[in-house]
Amino acid sequence: MSDFGVVGKSIPQLGSLEKVTGKALYTDDLPFENLHYALILRSPQAHARIVSIDCARAVALPGVTAVITGADYQTTFGVLPISYDETALAVDRVRHVGEGVAAVAAETLDIARQALDLIDVVYEQLPEHFDPEAGKSRVACQIHAHSKDGSNIHKEVNLCFGDMESAQQATVYEAGGEFEFPAVTHGFLEPHSTVAQWSQAGDELTVWSATQVPFYLRRQLARIFEMEQEKVRVIKPYVGGGFGGKSDPFPHEVVVAALSRKSGKPVKITFTREEVFISHHARHPSVIKMRLGADKEGKFTFLDLDATINGGAFGSFGVVTTYYNGVLTQGPYRIDNFRYRGQRIYTNFPPSGAMRGHGAVNTRFVKECLIDEIAEKMGIDPCDFRLQNLLSENTLTATQFRITSNGMKEAIERVRKASGWDQRIGRLPAGHGLGVACSFFISGSALTINRDDPQSIVRTVKEEDGCFTVYSGASDIGQGSDTVLAQVTAEVLGVPLEKVRIISADTGRCPIDIGSYSSRVTFMAGEAARLAAVNLKESLSRGDGNVGVGEYISPKLGGTYKGAGAGLSPSYSFGASVVEVKVDQETGFIKIVKIWLAHDCGKALNPQAVEGQLEGSVHMGLGQFISEALHFQGGTIANANFLDYKMVLSTDVPEIEAIIVESNDPEGPFGAKECGEGALHPVIPAAANAVYNAVGVRLRKLPAAPDFVLSELKRVKRS
Amino acid sequence: MPGVHRISLEVNGVAHELQVGSTETLAELLRQRLSLTGTKIGCDGGTCGACAVLVDGVLRNSCLTLAALVDGAKITTIEGLADGEKLHPLQQSFVENGAIQCGFCTPGMVLSAVALLAESPAASESEIREAISGNICRCTGYVKIIKAIKQVAQAQEKP
Repeated sequence: MSDFGVVGKSIPQLGSLEKVTGKALYTDDLPFENLHYALILRSPQAHARIVSIDCARAVALPGVTAVITGADYQTTFGVLPISYDETALAVDRVRHVGEGVAAVAAETLDIARQALDLIDVVYEQLPEHFDPEAGKSRVACQIHAHSKDGSNIHKEVNLCFGDMESAQQATVYEAGGEFEFPAVTHGFLEPHSTVAQWSQAGDELTVWSATQVPFYLRRQLARIFEMEQEKVRVIKPYVGGGFGGKSDPFPHEVVVAALSRKSGKPVKITFTREEVFISHHARHPSVIKMRLGADKEGKFTFLDLDATINGGAFGSFGVVTTYYNGVLTQGPYRIDNFRYRGQRIYTNFPPSGAMRGHGAVNTRFVKECLIDEIAEKMGIDPCDFRLQNLLSENTLTATQFRITSNGMKEAIERVRKASGWDQRIGRLPAGHGLGVACSFFISGSALTINRDDPQSIVRTVKEEDGCFTVYSGASDIGQGSDTVLAQVTAEVLGVPLEKVRIISADTGRCPIDIGSYSSRVTFMAGEAARLAAVNLKESLSRGDGNVGVGEYISPKLGGTYKGAGAGLSPSYSFGASVVEVKVDQETGFIKIVKIWLAHDCGKALNPQAVEGQLEGSVHMGLGQFISEALHFQGGTIANANFLDYKMVLSTDVPEIEAIIVESNDPEGPFGAKECGEGALHPVIPAAANAVYNAVGVRLRKLPAAPDFVLSELKRVKRS
Repeated sequence: MPGVHRISLEVNGVAHELQVGSTETLAELLRQRLSLTGTKIGCDGGTCGACAVLVDGVLRNSCLTLAALVDGAKITTIEGLADGEKLHPLQQSFVENGAIQCGFCTPGMVLSAVALLAESPAASESEIREAISGNICRCTGYVKIIKAIKQVAQAQEKP
C-alpha cells in the first residue's frame, strides 16, 4: 500500500508554524474590546448546606458588573443525558471542595478578586463521604437523592456471559487479587479558559472555549438559557491539550455566559492551575478485584471482575466509565466466560470523569498482571501465553463486540523482537527486569451520547481560487485532527496539501462532529472527510456542483442485553508494550531503562503524528505507574500544582521506541483507526511485570513510588 | 495601594516606556500590555515553563518576574525569534520533527533550547534533557522535542 500521495507521509501538523512563532491564539489570547473578567468563589467545604449567600457588598463594589449565585441558573446538565447532575454554581448545597458557589464579573481581575472577598457565605456542614465502600449502603445524608436505597451509588452494572460455573471447573491455573488505584489527572498545559458574548439584542450567544466538545457545549448552553441551538455559537480556538479533561460541558462555561448576559459585556474566565486540578473530571480512583483462570492447555477459562470506582461529586462520563471498566477488559483475548460487577459511588471529592484510555486503564493493569502470574505458574513465556489466547480477526467477543482488523499478534511479535526479549528474559543481571502487556481499545463509540446527533458530517467546497475548504466540527486539541482531515481530502482529490484549508470546530460554520473523545476523530471525522471528498470529486466530474458532503454513520452493531451499547465500536485498536526496568533494592527506586510500544493504528495516515501519540501515551502511562497521584487532606487536594503532582519530566523520560503496526481496517479512512488512547494501556502493567521480573515484587497498588516499592521489597523478603 | 513604577525596556528589538504596578509580572506585561500572547501562562507559579522568555539572554519564567525589575532589560519572546519569515533553526527543527502537538509548551520550550545552545552550542542529549526539565510538555513524551534540539546542536557541532 505505497500508492498514496499524501496519506502515509510524515508531515508537520497544520498550525505548527503558528504555534512555533507564538501567533496561534488560544482562548485566553483572544483580543476583545471592553472585556470583563470573571472569577468563581469556591467552597472550602466538602459537603455542606448553603445557609445564606450575601452578595450585596460585592454588587456595590465599583467596577463589578455582574454577580450570580446558584439560584440564578438551576438547570442541571452534564455530558450524558442520563446524568445531568451538575449546575453552573451550587444550588443550596456544595458537594466538593472547590465547587463554585458564586461568581462575579468585573472590569479588571483585581476588582473581581476584591469582589469575591466581599461575598459572605454561611455553610452548615453535612456528613462528608470519602469512602466509596461505605457509600454502597445506606448513608446519613446522601450526596444525591437519586442514588438508590439511601446509598451513594451512582451506577451499578452487572453483566455475565457464558457459563462461569463450568468454566471454573475446567480451570487448572488461577490468579487473583485486589488492586488499588489513586486519582490521576490530565495535566494538560493550557488551563481551562472561556469567553462569552451575547448579541446586542440578547438573543444570540457566542462562546469561545478551550473544549473538546463544542457541539455538546452548545447543546447544554441552549438548554440552560432556553434557546434554539442555532442561536448559540461555540468556537474552539487553539486548545492546549485535553486528554479528556475538556470533554465535559463545564460549569464555568455556563457561568461566563450567565455573567455576560447579566453584564452585557464579553466576559472571560481563565482558570488558575489550582482550579484546573479542582475541576478534575479525570481518571476514577478505583479498587479492582479480579480472578482469572486458564485450563490445562493454557487457554483462558473465565474472568471474574469487581470494580468499585470513586465518582466524586458528580456524574460526568461516569456511567460509561462504569461499563468500560468491565467490558473493555476482555480483549484482546478470547474469554467466553466473563462476569462483571461495577459500581460507581458518589463521594465528596471533585468529580471523576474521562481521561486518556477512559475507563479501562486500571482494570487493564490488573488483568495483564494476573496474566503474568498465570504464565509463571504454568512455566510458559508471557508473550507465548498471550499469543495463544488472542482474539482473531473478524470475530465476536463474549460481549458481542465485532472485531474486524486485528494487529495484536504482530504487535506482540514486534515488541518481542525489538526488545530482544527471547535472548534476554531470564538472563538479566540482578535488579533488572523485562515485562510485557497488551492493550485493547475502541476507535470511537458506535452509539452516540445524544441519540439524535449524527456522528460526523463534513462539507467540502471547491472555491473559486482552486482551493478546497473542508468544514468539519472535529476539534483539534493538539492531536492533529485538522491535519488528518486535510490529508484525507488531498489524497482523494489528488491535490497538494497546500490546496486544502480546514475550518473546524465552530458550530456556527461547521456541520456537526460530536467531539474529540473516545478516540473517534480519525476514524469517524476522517471517514466523513473522505466521503465528502469522494462526493465532491464525483460532483465536479459530473459538473453539477462544487460541494461534497460526507456523513459517518456507524454500522448497527452489538447484542441485545442491557448495556450492550457500551464499549461497542466500529473498530478496535490493539497494542503491546515491553518495559525494561532496573530496581534499586536499597532505595526502592525504579529506573525505567527503555520502553517499546507497538500499536495497531490500522493505517498511519501521518506516521510522525502517530509516533507522537504513541510517545505521548507512553509518557502519560509511565507517569501513572511511577509517580502520579492526587493526595487529599479531607476533601481538599493537597498537591494541586505541578511541583507536587509529579509528572515525568524530560530528565526522567526513558528511551521510547514507538512501533507502528498497520492492520488496514476495512471501515476506517484508508484503513486508519485510533492511536491516541489504547497506546497508554499496556505501558503501566508491562512496567509492573518488569518490576516482578526484576525483584519479585507484585505491585498491587500505584504509583510505584520508592517508599512503597521499598516496603513491598521488605515484605517479600520477610515472607 | 501598590505603587507605580516607570520602566523602559526593549522587547524583541522594540523600545517601550511603561508605567507598571508593583505586583505586575513580566508575563502580564507582555501578554496584556504588548499583546505578545505567544508567552503562555500554564501555572502562574514557575512550575511549568510555558511563560519562559529571555531577559538579557538569560532564561526566566516571566510569571515569576516582576515587571518593575526588568527596567532597562532586553527581552526576547517567541515572537522575536524568527528573522522575518525565516524561522530560527530551532523553530524550524521543532516543526520538521513533529515536536509540536498542542503547542502550548512550545514557546517556552523553544526559548529554553535557545538559551541552552547560546551557552553550549553543541549540547549533549543529557544537557538538553536538563535544560528543558523546567518545561512541562504533556503531549509528546519529550521524544521529538529532544530530537529537534539535538539535530540543531549536532549541526552546530559539524563546521
